[in-house]
Order: sequence, then C-alpha cells, then structure tokens
Amino acid sequence: MTTERVLMDPTAELNTSARERTPRPAQLDGLRVGILDISKPRGDLFMSHLAKRLRERGMEAVEFVKPTFTRVAPPALLAQMVGNVDVVIEGLAD
Amino acid sequence: MPQNTLIVVVKQSCQTCQLVEPVLQQLQQSGLLSAVYSQDDPDFPAGIDTVVDDSNLHQSWQRKIEIVPTLIRLEGGEEVERSEGWDRQQWAQLAAIDELGATLPASRPGCASKSIDPGMEEKLNIRFAGDGLEARRVTIGDDEDEMEAMFERGWSDGLPLVPPTPERVLRMLKGTTRAAHEIVGQAPPDLVDCTVEKVAVNAVMAGCKPEYMPVVLAAVEAALSEKFCMHGVLATTMFCGPIVIVNGPVTRAIDMNWSNNALGQGNRANATIGRALQLIIRNVGGGKPGEIDRAALGSPGKYTFCFAEDETDSFWTPLAQERGAAVGSSAVTVFAGEGVQGVVDQKARSPEALTASFAASLLAVSNIKSAMGGDAILVVCPEHVNVYRDAGWDKARLHSELANRLVRDGEQLVAGAQGIDEGLPAWVAGKQIPKFKPGGLMIVRAGGDAGKFSAILSGWGASGDVGSTPVTLELSE
Repeated sequence: MTTERVLMDPTAELNTSARERTPRPAQLDGLRVGILDISKPRGDLFMSHLAKRLRERGMEAVEFVKPTFTRVAPPALLAQMVGNVDVVIEGLAD
Repeated sequence: MPQNTLIVVVKQSCQTCQLVEPVLQQLQQSGLLSAVYSQDDPDFPAGIDTVVDDSNLHQSWQRKIEIVPTLIRLEGGEEVERSEGWDRQQWAQLAAIDELGATLPASRPGCASKSIDPGMEEKLNIRFAGDGLEARRVTIGDDEDEMEAMFERGWSDGLPLVPPTPERVLRMLKGTTRAAHEIVGQAPPDLVDCTVEKVAVNAVMAGCKPEYMPVVLAAVEAALSEKFCMHGVLATTMFCGPIVIVNGPVTRAIDMNWSNNALGQGNRANATIGRALQLIIRNVGGGKPGEIDRAALGSPGKYTFCFAEDETDSFWTPLAQERGAAVGSSAVTVFAGEGVQGVVDQKARSPEALTASFAASLLAVSNIKSAMGGDAILVVCPEHVNVYRDAGWDKARLHSELANRLVRDGEQLVAGAQGIDEGLPAWVAGKQIPKFKPGGLMIVRAGGDAGKFSAILSGWGASGDVGSTPVTLELSE
C-alpha cells in the first residue's frame, strides 16, 4: 500500500498578514467619536445615552446604526464612518 | 521504427549541449537519431532535421529528464539505457559509433533540466497529469502520520478525517458535472470564494461518496445565500447550525435515511453531507468555535445535521414542494436549527388531541414567553402521521389547525408576566400574538415505524430579515 503523502488543501489558503492597529488614543478630548448601534434589542437606548453623556462633556458624538446585528456592517455604512470619525464605540453585544 | 533508436534532450542555454552540437549532427548522419527535444529553442541545435520543440516540457517530464544533455537509447520504443551529460565513452557505446565526438573533451557535466526547475515539477504534474486541480498541495513529511497531520493543521471538527489525496478529490469531482473552478458562493466569515473543488476536498474529508456531491453542492449554495445569513448563524452566541433536509428522488438514489433513527447516526449519506457543509464553513470560511463562532453551548448538530424526509406516503406533500420546488424534483432545505426537543404522546387517538399536544410543546420553543422570534420544524413520526391520515388531515390542514392553537393573548407574554422576566414589550397586551411569524413553522415526516414520538427542531432566535430565513434549493443536476 502506498502511503498518501500529498493532500489537497481544504482551506481558503489565505496568507494572513499582520497589520498594525491604530494605537488607542489616551483620551477622547478633541476627537470625533462614532457611536455604532448594532441593533440588538434596547441597544439603541444604551448607545444614545452614551452619546448624550459624551456631548455633555463637550465631545462630538456621531451616531450610526447597523441594520442588523446578524450581518457584517454594509460597506456604505463603513464608508460613511471612515474619515468622519476618529474612534468608534460599537455596541451592544451579549 | 528502427530496432535501435536514439533520442536526445537538450537546452540551448546549456554549454555542454552547445558543445555536443556536432555530435548530434554525427548521430543524424548515422540514421539512428529519432528526435532531439529542445527545451528552450527550436532552432537549436542547428543542422538537425529532427528537432522537436519541447518548450512545454512534456517529453522532458514524461521521460523524467533531470540533466541536459541526456542521450537515450530505445529498443522497440522502450528506453533501455541513458547517459546524462557528455561522456565520450558512454555516448560512443550507446550509439555504437567508435569515433563519436573524437575531437571533444572526454567528458563534461550537463546542466539541470528545465523540467526540474524549482516548482516546475508540480506545475508539470498539473499540466500533464491532467488532473486540473488548483488547490495547494500539502506535502506530508515522511515521518508524519497523515491522520495526525490533518488534526494538527486545524482541519478537523474534532473527529478523524479522510485524507484528501488528489486521487480522492478527483474521484469526488466525478460526482458532479459542474466544473471544479466554478464558484458556489462566498464562505463566511472570511468571505472567500468557495469553488466546487474546495467543496470536493472537504467532502472527501467528511467521508462523502461522489454521488453525494449534487446534494452537498446544493446545501452549500443554499447555506451561502444571502437570505440564510450564514455569518450570523455561525457567529451567534446561540445554539444553531445549518440543518439540511433533503427531498426527492435523490434521497432514494443515494440511500439516505428518513426512517429509523433518522436524526441520529448510522447512515453515511446523512452523516457526511451535513459534515461536509460544516467542514467547509470551518476550513474555507475560517469559522471556528472560540473565534468568530461564539456559541455559548452550541449543539451536537454542529458536527452534522442532515436527514431525508419520509416521502413514502404521497398523502403528505414533501417540504420542498410546499416551499415551491417542482413536483418530483430533488431539493435541499437549509434551516438554522438547534437541537431535538422530543414530543411524547402515546395516548392521542384524535387529530385534535395530538395537535393540542404539539401546540403546547411548540409554545415552549426558545422560551414559553417568546413569540415571533425563531422559527421551528415539527418532525412528525409515522405513527403520529397515521392519526392525521385516519382523520383525513393532510399537511395543509395540520398547518392551519396548529396556527389556530399557536396564538396567545399578548398580556400573557409581556415581560414579567407569570413571574417570568423574559417576554415581550408591554404594547402586545390586548393583541393576539402568534408564536411563529407567518411561514415560520415547517412540518416534515420522518422516523421509524414504531414509536409515538415526534420532535421539534427549534430555530435560531434571529429569523427573517433580522437574521436567517430557511432556503430551499432544487438540485441543479
């Protein structure tokens, strides 16, 4: 019996590359904060309250909503956010 | 063909090959030279009538040439000996010509054949072995156990896999008329193109037979369709995985099980079709527990969950047909499902009593207080179907009778009612609330002949536009 020595790769064969994350800012002063509600039940209450609290402290908070928590954010939404905010607070998960 | 024939393989860029150019002309004059295969320049060597362009390296690959020049003597078309590089004594003896290359140095080493350039061998195997497989080939080291190697590479769902050798994958691909490079869909979470070939590789690992491929492909295509929301089904903290229900002549052709232990182990088609889909999500999509798959508990169905509907009694319409598939067609339905909730009713003799039983159990799906959330499938066993058959209730009748019993007063369901904090917003009070959204309950027939035990397969809490919708797809072949 011949030994099987070559196997076909069942994976996506992705060559993942490590990318540097943008460093987390030490503070939010002066930054535009994006608030992304992922549409979990009552998550909107929490996230809009968070936005309100940030504004009370004089910060700029921009609110966004994902249509559903079950799917990745639509490209159009991401395009809206990129370049218009400096940091994103996303919630609310389990 | 003459009894004794000589062939030579050369490349122009090799100095030794250039050196022996006059020798080749000598061989030609002797009438023994059948062909000179040139790997890089059909005009080299000069003055030779029988130069054959081997720039695609077919002859070089077939004859396993490692050095150029190589002189080969054939007898009756079969190789009997060869000389690699230039060696006057060897060449003279091979050609049986004493004065061959008398003016040349006694010997000169040759150069590497183009057919063994780095990576070339694999390319040529694909080119000429004609297997056409495009996936990367993973070589298992001599001292590796291939079963362990597959575990170590993270390909497994925890159980052993069938090694996906090129031969097995090719055999699997014969089970479908679709081309290997055809894209079936994008597998989440990495959203990579999943080709028919990748489906075949994972189907081999799952233990499928080639004849299962049309079903596997339909299940994958359905699971990767937008409506099914496979990303969400995978990523959820809830229990679900894709459940595959198969209808139509294919279930008989590939010997699926819709009878005894239909939801359990023991049938190869049931077991491996469901498993192939899960392995594809894992390996092609990159979806793994603890990573994007955040299921708190999950369920054993995430190894595999696939069965056929019992269509032996035409009294009940097959599920796929109810959902729009052509009469008599073979189809799969994929459903984001959880576990098996047994419904024991050994006393009901009337359809009303049995339906009341089913309804009470269905109301408890997910949470007794929940409604219009997840979908469900009611699997009615043959003994229970008989109760309906005897009363003349077909599936449509059962659907409507159940629907009547699955509506509740909203105030029972409000969060906090009956001492249970779960529940619906206060505005549902005073309204009639159905347990399932329209079309949310599916009914199938399956199970062994003896046993008054039906089952509920509850669905993922996020259904419809919010999450996953069941998808029915007719087989394309």
